[in-house]
Amino acid sequence: MATDVETRADPRLTVGAKIPIKLVGLFIIIGAILPFLLGGYANFQGTLIMIYAIAILGLNLLTGFNGQFSLGHSAFYAVGAYTAAILVYHLDWPVYVTIPVGGVVCFIAGFLFGLPALRLEGLYLALATFALGVAVPQILKSSHLEGLTGGVQGLDVFRPPVPEFLPLTMDQLWYYIAFGVMLIMFWIAWNLINSRTGRAMMAIRDNPIAAKSMGVNASLYKSLTFGVSAFYTGIAGAMAAIVIEFVAPDSFTFQLSILLFIGMVVGGTNSIWGAIFGGFFILTVPNFAEEISTGLSYAIFGVILILVIYVLPSGVAGLVNLLRVRIRKLL
Amino acid sequence: MDLFLQQILTGLANGAIYACLALAVVMIYQAIDHFNFAQGEMAMFSTYICWAMIAGGLPYWVAFFATIIISFVGGLAIERIIFKPLHSAPVLSHVVVFIGLVAIFNSTAGAIWDHTIKTFPSPFPDGSFAGLIGLHEIGMFFVTLIMLLGIFGFFRFTRIGMAMQAAAANPDSAGLVGIRVGWMLALGWGLAAAIGAVAGMMIAPIVFLDPNMMLGILLYGFASAIVGGISSPGGAVAGGFLVGIIENLAGTYIPAIGSELKLTVALILIVTVLLFKPNGLFGKTIVTRV
Amino acid sequence: MNTGRKLSLTIAAVAALGMVATSALADKMYGPGVTDTSIKIGNTNPYSGPAAAYSAIGKSIAAYFDKINKENGGVNGRMIEFISLDDGYSPPKTKEQTRKLVEQDNVLLVFQGLGTPTNSAVHNYMNQKKVPQLFVATGATKWGDPENYPWTMGWQPSYQTEGKLFGAYIMENVKDPKVAILYQNDDYGKDYVTGLRDYLGDKADSIIVAEESYEVTDPTINSQMIKLKDSGANVFYNVSTPKFAAQAIKKFRELNWDAVFLNNSVSNSVGAVYKPAGLDNSKGIISLQYFQDNTDPSIFDTEPYKKWKAFMTEYYPDGDLSSSFTVYGYLVAQTLEQVLKQAGDNLTRENVMKEAANLDLELDMMLPGVKIQTSPTDFFPIEAMMPIEFDGEKFVPIGKVVSVN
Repeated sequence: MATDVETRADPRLTVGAKIPIKLVGLFIIIGAILPFLLGGYANFQGTLIMIYAIAILGLNLLTGFNGQFSLGHSAFYAVGAYTAAILVYHLDWPVYVTIPVGGVVCFIAGFLFGLPALRLEGLYLALATFALGVAVPQILKSSHLEGLTGGVQGLDVFRPPVPEFLPLTMDQLWYYIAFGVMLIMFWIAWNLINSRTGRAMMAIRDNPIAAKSMGVNASLYKSLTFGVSAFYTGIAGAMAAIVIEFVAPDSFTFQLSILLFIGMVVGGTNSIWGAIFGGFFILTVPNFAEEISTGLSYAIFGVILILVIYVLPSGVAGLVNLLRVRIRKLL
Repeated sequence: MDLFLQQILTGLANGAIYACLALAVVMIYQAIDHFNFAQGEMAMFSTYICWAMIAGGLPYWVAFFATIIISFVGGLAIERIIFKPLHSAPVLSHVVVFIGLVAIFNSTAGAIWDHTIKTFPSPFPDGSFAGLIGLHEIGMFFVTLIMLLGIFGFFRFTRIGMAMQAAAANPDSAGLVGIRVGWMLALGWGLAAAIGAVAGMMIAPIVFLDPNMMLGILLYGFASAIVGGISSPGGAVAGGFLVGIIENLAGTYIPAIGSELKLTVALILIVTVLLFKPNGLFGKTIVTRV
Repeated sequence: MNTGRKLSLTIAAVAALGMVATSALADKMYGPGVTDTSIKIGNTNPYSGPAAAYSAIGKSIAAYFDKINKENGGVNGRMIEFISLDDGYSPPKTKEQTRKLVEQDNVLLVFQGLGTPTNSAVHNYMNQKKVPQLFVATGATKWGDPENYPWTMGWQPSYQTEGKLFGAYIMENVKDPKVAILYQNDDYGKDYVTGLRDYLGDKADSIIVAEESYEVTDPTINSQMIKLKDSGANVFYNVSTPKFAAQAIKKFRELNWDAVFLNNSVSNSVGAVYKPAGLDNSKGIISLQYFQDNTDPSIFDTEPYKKWKAFMTEYYPDGDLSSSFTVYGYLVAQTLEQVLKQAGDNLTRENVMKEAANLDLELDMMLPGVKIQTSPTDFFPIEAMMPIEFDGEKFVPIGKVVSVN
């Protein structure tokens, strides 16, 4: 599935252009057919890739388009996941409703965290968010919250059976839900980036002082971007909780933040669609590294990472953009 | 009162660990204007090299200094081989390379020396000062001070130290006045790796040597450097001690925190300091222009 | 594999098994992953990341299956194909890898998945899919629940069981006990504390005078140790992993704390804990154990040790001879071997589970008197342990094998 996705990282889908209906249409058709060609496990993996892609897109809105570092997005992912899990486990909410709720809770959390983070820049912000990412699993474990979060044992999340009128398996159903949510989230992001708000976000990234002097309310935009970014990641987290059917503090360690960060850079920070490749990368490359050598899988993963950065210093989307420019010159 | 005193002294002892690594963090920051997230793993790897030499029969001090030299060369090589081709790549890509290095060092150390904890010898005598603080911790305190004075002198009084700062702060202008910016970066990497190696060899006797030895400590090292001020070696050391003490006292006397949320305290400390003193308690204010 | 070899293997297996094999040969029943010549077994282990130290278990299990494949031609003539995947101790990854094992690799069963949160992530999945989740490598209590989770079984004594046995030890041997506890802030640490509290019952709050936790990211546990000593306790109950246990022992002596030192079996290893902490410092530490310590020089001349050592040298030469994980893997792999032997040619998932719940086994690196016993209502294979004291060189038994029942 994902190889198809990867080739769809088309430059014309990036900032400031029209959505090429044909390519997106093709992408949607391929994405819609795939679940019937693949087995349950591959569907499950595809679903995870799309969930990661949404989270990475959220991170990219913050870092790539607004210039704010975050090494702590696992925290928002965790908040989204736990929101969904708690609502389902303790209050028996329908799982579908918990997805947007997880996003909204994260929006508030992100906006609030964004307020003090306004004063931090670059590296300092990276560290403060990293700190957040490290602290959240500990806070989830804390005995004060154990009744709610299930402490170290985590919580089970049960999915309702597939409605009878749908001729789908559980894996296919959730693949389609993730696919649909992903398309909507990407569409929203695309519109956001190409709006006045989006230009303000990028102006703040490129030259904060100039943007301020031109009347952009930098503080508001930065906190709002933090909120929106957390919203995306929270949606992804909530879906992950439901698809994995389990949450535990150990699912959301800072390593997840680092993975999301890697996915963002490898996908390319200047495009929306790079996130899909990023999701594909962080799910499959560790598995690939493991197949080469079990004991040294991390080392191999590290080597692959460094090589990828050599070949694609600005990510897959960056490479595609570069190729497009070259080809245009030739023509 | 006895408990209070003991917690302060233990905090100082832990603080010495943080301060030691914070120095390496400051060093690399002075050179590349950035954090090196692989600093902890590089220090761990250096410590293993020293351990292997001692296990192979070399006397402690020979291994100690040999490790410093190897680490210096290693740091230099990492900059020249891995980072030089990436000079024009975005900072985000650099961070990913740091992450790659973390994975490589951690995994390789585990594969070569396995994951069982190893005893690492201390150059200082066994025992403790009235049962309150170990002699090793006291020795480490002095090693940290010596390194601090060395770094301070290096940046303050040597041409090369000043050139390095210039190269980090403003590479273009530094290049124009004839500073070889590329080699300054490499030198900074080498020195940071060497300081990290000393930190690793001082820390390992306390926490035992294993591939994940630096996992938590690096975070505290960053916290210390930030609290004290990333541009100031003295501030970083002071920050280390401060984090160590505050963390212990909060864990002991604030029941809601207890030992459970000790790390969270360190993190709250970072954020609070940054909010009120963005350049750290002892750092210089930096003015940016449009 | 050529037919001649296969035939001879079958003959050997029949001869070895006698009655069981001949009667079972009549109707072969195979579940997924089983053929006439092979059985696929799945596993997840943290080969990377912070918990990678435990991967020695996965590696020694693989080595043991290598051994029986080479020396005995597998089990009942079927080679064991052991597929062990890395989950980095991350529950979502465990779910992904386990689904791969079950749905793509089609394994007969998943064996010895490591970790409580990781196994929890697939607990429901395995039971819904009706795939045996056998002998999970964690000491949580929830793995022994045949009524609700008939496809999951633990192996080692649960942490709570050990906690209870420590409670019994304290009540019998210490006058006016006042207990101070150091524990790792996760499921493992908390289970030990719960076990002790359960045993002490109403008296728990008056007997336990101090509890301190630490995080795996903490550089040292010195601050916690000082607080614990300050409580005036005369029993120190240490629930920490090897690195922190070694630190605790050093600090315990440095503080001149005069208390009974009880150490959990997770860190009860001469090579991995007592030697780094100092053998002298470790004198007098009391612990509970169910298998032999492979670093205890006094067993070096015994048959079981020599057999284990020969296995290590031949099949797992990179393995650490002082790590208890390798003995653990060696023993648990033998337990599975026994289950497969008993299942004969009826290798359906149902029958494997039935045989797993029908064990009565003594293995030779176990402490004498500790048995592996299960029944359809008892999914806790090992429940007995023996109190031992470290005398500065080796372990000395200081009581009989005890169990909570």
